[in-house]
Amino acid sequence: MSAADVASITAAQIAEGQPLPSLLHRVSATTIVLGALASRDWRPMHHDKDFAVERNGVQNIFLNTPNNAAWFERFITDWTGPKGRLGRLTFAMKKPVFPGDEMCFSGVVRKLGTDATGCHWVDLDLAISVDGELRTTGRARVAVPGDIEDNPWTRKGERWKP
Amino acid sequence: MSATQDLPAAVQRMIGTPMYEEQTEFPIEIGYVHNTCAAVQNGNPVFWNPAVADAITGGRIAPPTMLSVWFRPHHWAPGARAERKALQTHFDLKDLLDLPEAVAAGNEAVFGEPVRLGDRLTTRQIVRSIGPLKQTKLGNGRFWTIDVETTNQHGEWVGTETYNMLGYRRPEQ
Repeated sequence: MSAADVASITAAQIAEGQPLPSLLHRVSATTIVLGALASRDWRPMHHDKDFAVERNGVQNIFLNTPNNAAWFERFITDWTGPKGRLGRLTFAMKKPVFPGDEMCFSGVVRKLGTDATGCHWVDLDLAISVDGELRTTGRARVAVPGDIEDNPWTRKGERWKP
Repeated sequence: MSATQDLPAAVQRMIGTPMYEEQTEFPIEIGYVHNTCAAVQNGNPVFWNPAVADAITGGRIAPPTMLSVWFRPHHWAPGARAERKALQTHFDLKDLLDLPEAVAAGNEAVFGEPVRLGDRLTTRQIVRSIGPLKQTKLGNGRFWTIDVETTNQHGEWVGTETYNMLGYRRPEQ
C-alpha cells in the first residue's frame, strides 16, 4: 500500500445530519484487559472482577477511559480515512461497558464549518449503546481535507485551532 | 458557603497550581502504538505503514487519543516501595478529602502537534475545580476536574486532557 492508495473523505462529501457508518463490536474480558494494558492503566477494576464487584459495586470489569477514547478515534477515522485529524474529543461514561456487551457505535455530523485559517472542521455527536441502552455519549471535532490536495496534518501553530 | 470554603487549606492551595511536572519515562515508541491499535482493531495505515505516515503525517506518529498513555508510570520500577500511580493529584485529593473510592465520570481532550516516535513529552497536572459534597448513586462524594497539559521536547503544545472524576465514600464505609 502506498499513500496514493489511501482514500480520505473530503469536506465536499459531508453534510450536516449525515450519519457515520455504525460499528458493532462484541466485548469480551480480553477486550477490556487488552485495552487497559495497552493504555498502561493498571487499575484493578479493569482486570480483576472481584475488585470491580467488591470495591466498585458493579457486575464485572469494565472498559477504561483511555481505551474508550481509542475506540472512538478508530470509529471516527474509519469514516474519515487517514487524513482525518482529531482536534477534540469529549465523552461521558453513563454506564460501564462490560464483557458480554455488544457495543454499537453511532455518530452523526452536527456541524460542518471552515475556520479563519481555512481548516475544514466536522463536529460529531457520538454514542456507544448496548442493546439500545446508551452507555457513553460524546462529541468530537475532526479536521478533514477540503479537497484531495489538502491535508490537515500539515497544519501547526496558528493554523491549527482545535 | 461556596463550594471551596469547606475544603482543607492544603486542597484549596492545589486549585489552579501546576503540579507534578514530569517527563515521559521513555521515548515514544511504536510497540505501544500497535498495542493500542490492536486493542481496538484500528487499521489506520498512518500507524501501520511508514510510507503512508511519511506522506500524510510527515513521519510516524501515535494516535492522538494515546496522549495519557505516555505519562502513566510502569506498575513497578527498581527502588519503588509501593504501587506507582498516574494522575497523582487525583490520588492526593482522595487522600486529603478522605474519599477512598473514585471513578472517572468523563474525559475531554484537545490535541495539538502530533506525538511522534522518539518524542519525549512533559506533563503537568492542574486541579481546576472541586465541587461540593453531594449524594450520588455510589455514595457521598465530590466531583473534581484535573487538567493534564502536555508539551514535546521542542516546547510545542501537543494536547491537554481534562479529567472529571468522582471521589466518594460508599454508604457502609
